[in-house]
Amino acid sequence: MKTLEELMAIRDKTKQRMTVREDTGDDAVRIVVGMATCGIAAGARPVLNAFVEEIAKRNLKGVTVTQTGCIGMCQYEPIVEVIQPGKEKVTYVKMTADKVARVVNDHIVNGNPVAEYTVGAIEK
Amino acid sequence: MRELSLNILDIAQNSISAGASLITVEVLENTKEHTLFIGIYDNGCGMSEEQVKSVVDPFYTTRTTRKVGMGIPLFKMAAEMTGGEFSIESRLSEGTRVKALFKTDSVDYTPLGDVASTVVMLVTMNTDRDFVYRRSVNGREFALDTRELKNILGDVPLGDYEVSEWIKEYIKENTDELYGGAQNENS
Repeated sequence: MKTLEELMAIRDKTKQRMTVREDTGDDAVRIVVGMATCGIAAGARPVLNAFVEEIAKRNLKGVTVTQTGCIGMCQYEPIVEVIQPGKEKVTYVKMTADKVARVVNDHIVNGNPVAEYTVGAIEK
Repeated sequence: MRELSLNILDIAQNSISAGASLITVEVLENTKEHTLFIGIYDNGCGMSEEQVKSVVDPFYTTRTTRKVGMGIPLFKMAAEMTGGEFSIESRLSEGTRVKALFKTDSVDYTPLGDVASTVVMLVTMNTDRDFVYRRSVNGREFALDTRELKNILGDVPLGDYEVSEWIKEYIKENTDELYGGAQNENS
């Protein structure tokens, strides 16, 4: 059974880690998941969870996952935007949890957007 | 929506948009009477009488990107389809209360699904707000209050991965307990 004592232990461990870690500044990468009715109904919840898990698993620093409302292209939900400073925003459409590992690996880590998952690929 | 837990996530997003600082989610189940009650209450900006009437209309939305708002109508339909009830009450600058009662033995009942996932997402993505999650099965109750968790955590954010994993397991284990340790029949 999970206990509050366990949460205290997590707190102490995390506090130590936080003092070591440099705070992330303006160079942070933002992953934004559309979480309005359209996004949620299309399956945005597992997609957002998959991003959070993958980033934790790879211990990536300076990457934040946030949510936003309706992006305005509901037929392409779940939609995920990857925003890196100094680069053009990349919009991924019809995302699934299975596609997340490749986006994190190819795009976030190695800097090569996965063209076939982007809105550009679907609109052609 | 494939799960009522997704409707809960969706309706709670409205509370967040309404600037609520405290959002309460109740999931109260009575397996003998085959009923499930879901309540989502907030202290956000609220709505005028006129607005409350129009939110159940799918062609009303505060959004500017499109002309339809499906969140409340979908939730209302999910409840009424089972022979249950739906209500929404709101007062300007006081908050909004959304309530839905489901008959779980109806063929049109949507499974509750993964509420733990919904609660964890709400809590960890909106660490500047507080949430109370109350879950009961036949009168046995379990509650989670982020104000208590924040007291324990101090500067450590609720959005920290290890913390969010702990919250998820904590909710799951306590929910299983409510069913007498048996598997949650809704998940």
